[in-house]
Formats: sequence, C-alpha cells, structure tokens
Amino acid sequence: MSTRLPAVLAAVGFGLAGTAIAQGSTMDEIAKYREMLADGNPAELLELKGESLWKTPRGPKNASLEQCDMGLGPGKLDGAYAQLPRYFADTRKVMDVESRLVHCMVSLQGFQYEDVTRQWFSRPGKESEIEALVTYIGGKSNGMKIDVPARHPEEARMAKVGEYIFYRRSGPQDFSCAICHGQDDKRIRLQDLGNLTTQAGAGMAMSTWPSYRVSQGAVWTMQRRLIDCMRQARWPEPKYLSDSVIALQVYLQKTASGTVMQTPGIKR
Amino acid sequence: MKHSLIALALITFAPLSALAQSKPADDITAQAEQIFRGSFREDNPSYWMQRLDQDETMRLCSQFKDHPPTKVRQKIEKAEMASIRYPVDGKLIGDWKEGEKLAAVGTGGHIGFIQPDPPGRVRGGNCYACHQLAEKEVAYGTIGPSLQHFGKLRGNTEQIIKYTYDKIYNSNAFNACTNMPRFGLHNWLTPEQITHIVAFLVDPESPVNKD
Ligand code: HEC
Ligand code: HEC
Repeated sequence: MSTRLPAVLAAVGFGLAGTAIAQGSTMDEIAKYREMLADGNPAELLELKGESLWKTPRGPKNASLEQCDMGLGPGKLDGAYAQLPRYFADTRKVMDVESRLVHCMVSLQGFQYEDVTRQWFSRPGKESEIEALVTYIGGKSNGMKIDVPARHPEEARMAKVGEYIFYRRSGPQDFSCAICHGQDDKRIRLQDLGNLTTQAGAGMAMSTWPSYRVSQGAVWTMQRRLIDCMRQARWPEPKYLSDSVIALQVYLQKTASGTVMQTPGIKR
Repeated sequence: MKHSLIALALITFAPLSALAQSKPADDITAQAEQIFRGSFREDNPSYWMQRLDQDETMRLCSQFKDHPPTKVRQKIEKAEMASIRYPVDGKLIGDWKEGEKLAAVGTGGHIGFIQPDPPGRVRGGNCYACHQLAEKEVAYGTIGPSLQHFGKLRGNTEQIIKYTYDKIYNSNAFNACTNMPRFGLHNWLTPEQITHIVAFLVDPESPVNKD
C-alpha cells in the first residue's frame, strides 16, 4: 500500500501547482484513485492502533481509557463522536473529541498535558497517538447520525461564537471561512469546496472526519483540518484545542446534524 | 509602512465608524471576539497577531455576513475608492509577461509554526485560485467569474485599463464585501506589479486574449 501511494500521487498531480493535465482526466484519476482505495483505507490500520491504545493500561496511573466519559457515560463510545462537541459538567466546558480525550489521558492515566499534546499530529516518522485514538473513536460512530442540537446554553453560546468566527474577515487577503466555504459548487484551483453553511455541505464534510489525506499521507483530525484552514486564511496559528476551533466545530456539527457518519474518510 | 497603512485606514474610515457606533455591538459579538483573540498561540509574534485586526470594512462585512444594506454598502465603496494609489509615473499598464507570472503564484503570506512559507517567498496574486484566465491553465478555481478573453470582450480603452487597475488595487471599491482580496490596499501587490497584471488581462498579445 505505502509504496503505491507516491506513484499515484505523482500521476494525478496533486497540489496547488498548476498542471497541464486536462481537467476532465484529472478528475477521472482522482475517481480511479478513490475506487482503488475503497477496499483499503490506510486509516483503518490507525483505527486498530487506536483501539489498542484505548484498551491498554498506560501512563503514571497505569490505567486504560476504558472508563473515559466521552459524553455518553464512562466507557460508552458507540455514537459518542457523532454527538460532540458537547457540554461536560465535570469540566464546565464545551469540549470536542480531542479536548475530551486529552482530558481523560491526563485525569485517568496521569499523563502531563504537555506530553500528550506534544505530538498532536503526526509528522513523517513521528506517529501521533491522538490521531490513532480519534480515528478509533470516530469509527465507533459510523452509521449513526451527527446529533449536535446545541441546546445547553453553553453549547448554544459556542454555536453562535463559531458562526461569528466563520464570517469574521481579517488578514492581508480579507479572508473569512465564508469566502472559501460559503457558496455551493465552488472550487479553489481544482479543490472542490463544499458550502459549509448548509446541512448538505456541512454534512458531507463533517461526517467524513477524521480523514486520511492522500496529499499528506496521514490521517488528519478536525483540529488539524481547521488549524490548517486558518493558515490558508493567512492568520496566525491557533492553539491546539482552543475555544475558537471548538466553537467552529459546534457550529459546523449543528449545521451537519442528521448526516450519517462514515469515517475514516479519504480526501485529497 | 505599517504605520502609514494604519493611518490610511483611520482617515479612510472616519465616516464609517460613526455609522457603526450607532449600533451597539451585541453581547455575543463581544464574547466571540474575546474568545477568538484568546485562541492563538502566545508565541505568535505581535506583527503576526496584527493580522487579526479588522478595519471598518472587514468589521462591517463580518457583521452583515458579506451582505451589507445599501447605505453601508455605498459608504464602504466610497471609502475604499478613496484609498486607491497609483504608480508614480502614472502608467497603469505594464508588461503582460510579468503579469502572467504574478497571476499564477499562489504562495506567500502563510505564517504559523507548522507550515509557514519560507522567508522571502514570492507573493503572487493567486488569481487562478478564483478565476479562469489563460486557456492553457486548467487548474483554476470558480469563486470568481471567468476572466478568459477579458480584454477581447471589454476592450483596452483607457477607461477599462483604469477600471482593471482599480479593481485589483481595491476590489471593494466596486463591490463592498466581495470575496476578492484588496491587493493594493494591503500592499500585497505593489502598484507596479498591479500594472503588469492589468497588462496580462487587457493586452491583445497576452494568452488571456490571444488563445
Ligand atoms: C483560502 C480558502 C480557505 C479558507 C479561508 C478556509 N478554508 Fe477550509 N478548506 C479549504 C480547502 C482548499 C480545503 C480542502 C478541500 C479539498 O482538499 O478538496 C478546505 C477544507 C475544509 C474542511 C473539510 C471539508 C471537507 O469536505 O472535508 C472544513 C470543515 C473547513 N475547510 C472549514 C474551514 C473553516 C471553519 C474555515 C475558517 C476558519 C476555513 N475552512 C477557511 C480552503 C479554505
Ligand atoms: C479569493 C478569490 C479571488 C481572488 C484570489 C481573486 N479574485 Fe478577482 N474576483 C473574485 C470575485 C468573487 C469577483 C466577482 C465579484 C466582484 O466583482 O468583486 C472577482 C472579480 C474580478 C474582476 C472584475 C470582473 C468584471 O467582470 O468586471 C477582475 C478584473 C478580477 N476579479 C481580477 C482579479 C485578478 C487579476 C486577481 C489576481 C491578482 C484576482 N481577481 C484574484 C474573487 C477573487
């Protein structure tokens, strides 16, 4: 698997650089590529790794994560991802899957916050436990509908904050999320951009994360996705697990609610 | 440079702020603004953090989700029009070959710790991200209209040349809260670079019009 990826990538000519390939055939190549991967998403390996990380006693407290409460009660993972972010009474915070997972690794397993978040995303040769765990947790919601009604006042507030940020323009290119994601059927260079302000568009996007990103050769979590979009907006870098990124997820998951989860996805 | 830009913004937007202040920011806006500002890494240098500052146009466009009411729209357009600066020699049309290169470059201006652009990276207009231009470039986006045959269709009169320059310098002068960046206002492109891109769009010999 890993040896075929680069060859296909080169052939398809991924990336923002202009290519001389006729557009139709570029799209065909991507479709072919998707088909080829349909019976083997590289992220599935990561899902297995995540399962073992979840179940193995680890950390200073030598505990597994099996008592972690992702919102549906200790150890209840089925459908949990589809209902996140949500308000947690114990921390009095609205948390997304990643901030809750880190909370459990710190409180149940006794890890230091800095240690568990240091490798929050993988780099070549450096795997990320968080990516593996999130892929595993995401898989446990497959076939279930995204359900983030944001009824709790704190959740409702975060949904509004997320909507505010979505339309907030700044930076040397006057960008906001809405510039790139506020209309139907648009693309930037050759990348299709869904309309994240509609249920269909947000649903198609949110139901397929975490996702294996072919151009990166890695699984990306939603935190990684949104932090990179802020980079594309030419903004400074947000903190991992910051409230802005969580608020955007509440807004997007609320909009996407009703869409059936299908993770891990495969993306460009 | 920074200071003159800020000063410019202050002068330009003086009439707008009066308009904005008549409507008190609601509670959620203030909260959201605070949460947003507090979400960035402390080690972002302050000159990066300044990119989060909004001028009045950005603030109003955000407030109205890019659909400002007519009165606000007209005020924005007037203020933005007044911001446009021209090359010293007054020549608005440059070399289309230079413009062709600038239109294609999509890099530049990315900051942060994960994947910043290397220092000194050329900053281009990135026009293909949103527009179809020369026929041979098929990797174009569709956020903006196709500009293929722009000069062929619109001509290359003085009036069209000035409009094209002004539009690239400050897109909001014609269309408040458009998705197109204000390349000149932000000093993303210099007036001279803009004249080259104007030539790329209107020169009959440019691949935008010839092919
Ligand atoms: C300059 C354009 C640009 C801006 C601004 C931008 N994005 Fe993106 N976004 C992209 C691109 C390009 C992709 C990847 C699409 C692809 O690879 O096909 C993407 C992907 C996404 C996805 C995943 C979509 C999917 O279908 O899987 C989400 C969610 C998203 N962006 C949210 C945001 C949010 C929230 C913001 C504001 C903080 C934002 N983006 C700002 C360009 C942008
Ligand atoms: C982020 C997307 C984006 C980028 C990048 C962008 N534009 Fe635009 N552009 C638009 C949109 C949207 C419109 C239509 C709305 C408007 O008129 O503002 C537009 C309109 C225009 C028009 C007016 C067309 C007409 O029919 O009068 C011109 C000329 C133009 N763009 C040139 C450029 C050039 C040259 C560049 C590169 C330096 C560029 N644009 C970069 C989005 C973009």
